[in-house]
Amino acid sequence: MWQYEKKLQFPINIKNPNPKLASFIISQYGGPDGELAASMRYLSQRFAMKDNVTKALLTDIGTEELAHLEMVGTIVHQLTKNATTTQIENSPMAAYYINHGRGVYPASSSGEPFDAMAIASKSDPITNLVEDLAAEQKARTVYENILRVSDDPDVNRVIKYLREREIVHFQRFGEALDRVQESINCKPVKGVGIKDCF
Amino acid sequence: MNRNQMLKQLMEYDFVQYDLNLYLDTHPEDQKALKIFESVSEKAAALRKEFEAKFGPVTASQNNSVSEWRWLSAPWPWEN
Repeated sequence: MWQYEKKLQFPINIKNPNPKLASFIISQYGGPDGELAASMRYLSQRFAMKDNVTKALLTDIGTEELAHLEMVGTIVHQLTKNATTTQIENSPMAAYYINHGRGVYPASSSGEPFDAMAIASKSDPITNLVEDLAAEQKARTVYENILRVSDDPDVNRVIKYLREREIVHFQRFGEALDRVQESINCKPVKGVGIKDCF
Repeated sequence: MNRNQMLKQLMEYDFVQYDLNLYLDTHPEDQKALKIFESVSEKAAALRKEFEAKFGPVTASQNNSVSEWRWLSAPWPWEN
């Protein structure tokens, strides 16, 4: 189960409205490499894990990703709440605004609603962990793309923090994969030429 | 310390504690990290208690008042 804490993981205080930047950053809320995908990926994959290290890691990182989802939602909210309709109309946020106003909706920057096709969850621990390593790299890349197009220091300090967390998670998932590969127990499946691993 | 300063300090302690939690997940044998975790946890718990007494609960279960539902009174994290 979970308990909500009434605080962010990292402070966010954005002064200048910027609907264009919000329309880019929403991708890390509901896009394919976003925080919603990340949390759902890890919190679903944990059920397939055999060892306590990986069960703990997926639970803990999956929970942190929910805190990051809240942070990205906070950035979008603070970038749009004082934006005028004219500012929004003349920005790439215009199409989003017609459906959602200044609300926070899980979609990518190109307008696709959140899609669970962006995540994978299998019964094979190694398959899952390799997907997780890639997912952290993809999210890091998207945060770097955001840094390339954003010149707001209030936003960038938060994006830099989130980017650093992707690197820490990648490191921890790599360590977990090493442990799983050392401890995993594989048995041949009769007549198929493959192995089942536990 | 005002609310924002104390909250920031609490966020810092909690972050150190959480990042050590992840490290300990994959290095459970690291005695030095365990000791630091213990010391940070104590500091975080003491500061959280002080913060909640002054400014209201961080989690609803710590409402700490028989006459007031304090969970509603402080600003929400996305507000600035």
